[in-house]
Amino acid sequence: MNRPGQSRIAAAVFFCLACTASAQVTSERLVNSAKEPQNWMTYSGDYSGKRFSALDQINTANAPSLIPRWVYQLGSTGKMETSPLEVDGVLYATGPDDRAFALDARTGRPLWIYQRQLPGDIRPCCGRVNRGLAILGGKVFMGTLDAHVVAMDAKTGAVIWDVAAADYRTGNSFTVAPLAVKNLMIIGVSGGEYGIRGFIDAYDAATGQRKWRFYTVPGPGEPGHDTWQGESWKVGGAPAWNTGTYDPGSNLLYWPTGNPSPSNRGAGRAGDNLYSNCLLALDADTGKLKWYFQFTKHDEHDWDATQVPVMLDAGDKHLIVQANRNGFFYVLDRSTGKLISATEYGKQTWSDSKDTEGRPIAKKDASPTLTGHTVCPGALGSTNFLAPSYSPQTRTFYLTARDQCDIFSTAPQPYEPGHAFYGSAYFPSEEAEPYLGFLKGIDPATGEIKGKFQHTSPTWSGVLSTAGGLVFTGDAEGNFIAFDASNLKPLWHFQMGAAVYAPPIAFAIDGKEFVIIAAGSALYAFGLP
Amino acid sequence: MLKCWQAALFASISLAFSLQAFAQKNPLAGDPKAAKAGESEFRINCALCHGLGAKGGGRGPDLTRAVKKHTHTDADMFQVISNGIPGTAMPANGTNGQGVGMTEREIWQIIAYLRSQEVKASPASLGNTARGKELFYGDANCSMCHMVQGKGGRLGPDLTGVAGSRTREAIIDSVRNPSRRLAWGLTEATKEFPQEYETLTVVTADGKQIKGVTLNEDSFTVQIMDMSENLHLLEKDKLRSFQKTRESAMPKYTTDVLGDKDLHDVVAFLTSLEAK
Ligand code: HEC
Ligand code: HEC
Repeated sequence: MNRPGQSRIAAAVFFCLACTASAQVTSERLVNSAKEPQNWMTYSGDYSGKRFSALDQINTANAPSLIPRWVYQLGSTGKMETSPLEVDGVLYATGPDDRAFALDARTGRPLWIYQRQLPGDIRPCCGRVNRGLAILGGKVFMGTLDAHVVAMDAKTGAVIWDVAAADYRTGNSFTVAPLAVKNLMIIGVSGGEYGIRGFIDAYDAATGQRKWRFYTVPGPGEPGHDTWQGESWKVGGAPAWNTGTYDPGSNLLYWPTGNPSPSNRGAGRAGDNLYSNCLLALDADTGKLKWYFQFTKHDEHDWDATQVPVMLDAGDKHLIVQANRNGFFYVLDRSTGKLISATEYGKQTWSDSKDTEGRPIAKKDASPTLTGHTVCPGALGSTNFLAPSYSPQTRTFYLTARDQCDIFSTAPQPYEPGHAFYGSAYFPSEEAEPYLGFLKGIDPATGEIKGKFQHTSPTWSGVLSTAGGLVFTGDAEGNFIAFDASNLKPLWHFQMGAAVYAPPIAFAIDGKEFVIIAAGSALYAFGLP
Repeated sequence: MLKCWQAALFASISLAFSLQAFAQKNPLAGDPKAAKAGESEFRINCALCHGLGAKGGGRGPDLTRAVKKHTHTDADMFQVISNGIPGTAMPANGTNGQGVGMTEREIWQIIAYLRSQEVKASPASLGNTARGKELFYGDANCSMCHMVQGKGGRLGPDLTGVAGSRTREAIIDSVRNPSRRLAWGLTEATKEFPQEYETLTVVTADGKQIKGVTLNEDSFTVQIMDMSENLHLLEKDKLRSFQKTRESAMPKYTTDVLGDKDLHDVVAFLTSLEAK
């Protein structure tokens, strides 16, 4: 890997511009987030999805002296997958069971707590989790496990509006951090385990009125409808449960979608099953589809394409890249959706050829069978929702990866509203034990793995890179680790006492840089002594 | 959507308690349609540990045995499937890594399926318990490394409850081919994978060689029990060398060392502990 450039981003950002937490977050501020690296205002830190902090006060030279600055305990059980926001000294985050809270970001002392009262019969897929909030114009926004979108007063947590987006009893839920774009709140549904019909919604941030909905499974008469056999589209899945990115230049939203339902059984839904496992380019004002790219056609292995798509510019090329759950790293032209390259970044056995566009295609015998057979990656994928990071300094894409193979076997199931609908069973394959977890650095120009660090076991932590020449991530054993971005050698670590399922963020208050991550049921803040 | 195998070990208390676990009898008992639906549910949610036909897998016991350890009535079963068995790999509903929790009706369907699969045979009749005990503590030397009811060694896992959590075949395989699948050790509440009994050889800064099993490990530290049952709590960057293998610290018992009949007696002894 390259050494990070020596140009430390101006210290100017450390001068306190708005010490009184008052200025509202406008859409202009979100578009120009690069001008205020002291704040972290969207899920990925900016619209491009890079999860890169331009702060460099904490750097390769002083990282070994990092210390915890505060810990905030939720006192709850369940996983924290939250990526907090920080704006002008206030930190906003979420916990399990749809709790939202605001903290004094300097000290970790809470300002307010919102706890949603959830019905007993909600149908969350994979834990009662939430991945974070969006902020715009004095409000923060949360999607809930009972499929509502809620706007709260950023200063008090008081509910300003609360709208039902879909019926939670049939398996719709929200776990995603919404994205604020212009005056809209963009959110995608979860529920690919229940045979929902997936969608992406836009709500007027001021009123909660729905402005548009894009169904990720086209209805009769719509283009793509013929990629579904018979009535299968009605329960076609294709949820949209991770936060997309936005290009203000073209006004396009890039939103990824998940698996078709039932997730691991293709019988009954012959066809490509659009727009499951796609990257969608949607007009932000209208939700109209500009282009789509499908990563895994007619998926039978639960390989959602919901990983954060990251926008990069290489010379005059406007790219969008994604490390997909199916084991390939894809580079697309983001104006047209044309595939530029797809390279293997993890262990995979499902594909040994590519179609004329260059897209890896499945071998015939990769499908699940009644007695079961081993396919790599397993159902959890070569990566998953864990947020990746791209450092413009090292020109490297960093991600959490896993090598794990599963035995996939079919288990036919009828569709019943609100019931799990997989059509298959999978379990870890003994052939492939032990499962390996990595932090990897990929060169997007070539797809080459430039560096890697092997964790003790696979982790569910996201990744942050910073202008200090650092990469941060957490591990399943409870460590928070700072790496030298140039070679992925650990420089510092801290034992937090519980596994990490969340991505780190960075911000600064009064010229002091903080790095934050959730582990167990606590948020940890680190800084220099 | 994601399905988190890691969740296997999560306490999902709220979910467990929201299920009504007080019904005494399976409302779907004896219904073949329910049993059929239950089979699919079982394959999806349970087969990863209990095997595709419920006859037990590497990680979970045979559920076709009519005599069970924790679960006698349908209500017991409902309770165990809903809440898991704390301190064991048996997860609470919705936390087994296959993602979605089952509804009450789906749990009853699984119970109908399991009841339809039960075979009435006493596994304890397959060997001589008393002789097995003698071998365990005597010639076969198992007790050098394994504790049973508070007596024995510490290097390997305590085997008091092993017959309740693993199948007969899996136990025999552990003795004949210890390295094929290493036993699970410590499980931590938030962690996806339990620690396995991997074998370690390290050389410390002062040149001392230590060989033993891994009690726990992360990227920076390791906690070892050596062959003489001493604990070593070490930082990896201070070690001269660190070698980990999946070659079990337990010797492979071939039939020359321990004949099939002897082994069946040992297994009968282990099984008899569980029946109590
Ligand atoms: C991660 C592995 C795992 C999964 C998944 C799992 N089990 Fe278990 N189960 C176990 C283990 C291990 C035990 C034995 C616990 C002990 O006593 O040590 C067990 C015990 C049981 C028992 C009690 C048996 C007795 O002798 O009383 C029942 C009943 C049971 N499981 C049913 C199920 C059902 C039904 C499912 C699916 C819904 C399931 N299990 C999923 C590992 C698992
Ligand atoms: C030198 C020490 C040693 C001796 C002697 C020994 N074991 Fe082990 N045993 C181990 C260790 C260490 C493990 C854990 C690693 C593994 O799974 O192989 C183990 C694992 C096992 C397991 C798997 C337990 C589980 O929870 O999965 C069984 C069963 C077992 N031993 C039975 C026996 C029996 C029966 C004997 C005597 C015939 C015996 N062992 C003798 C060290 C020993």
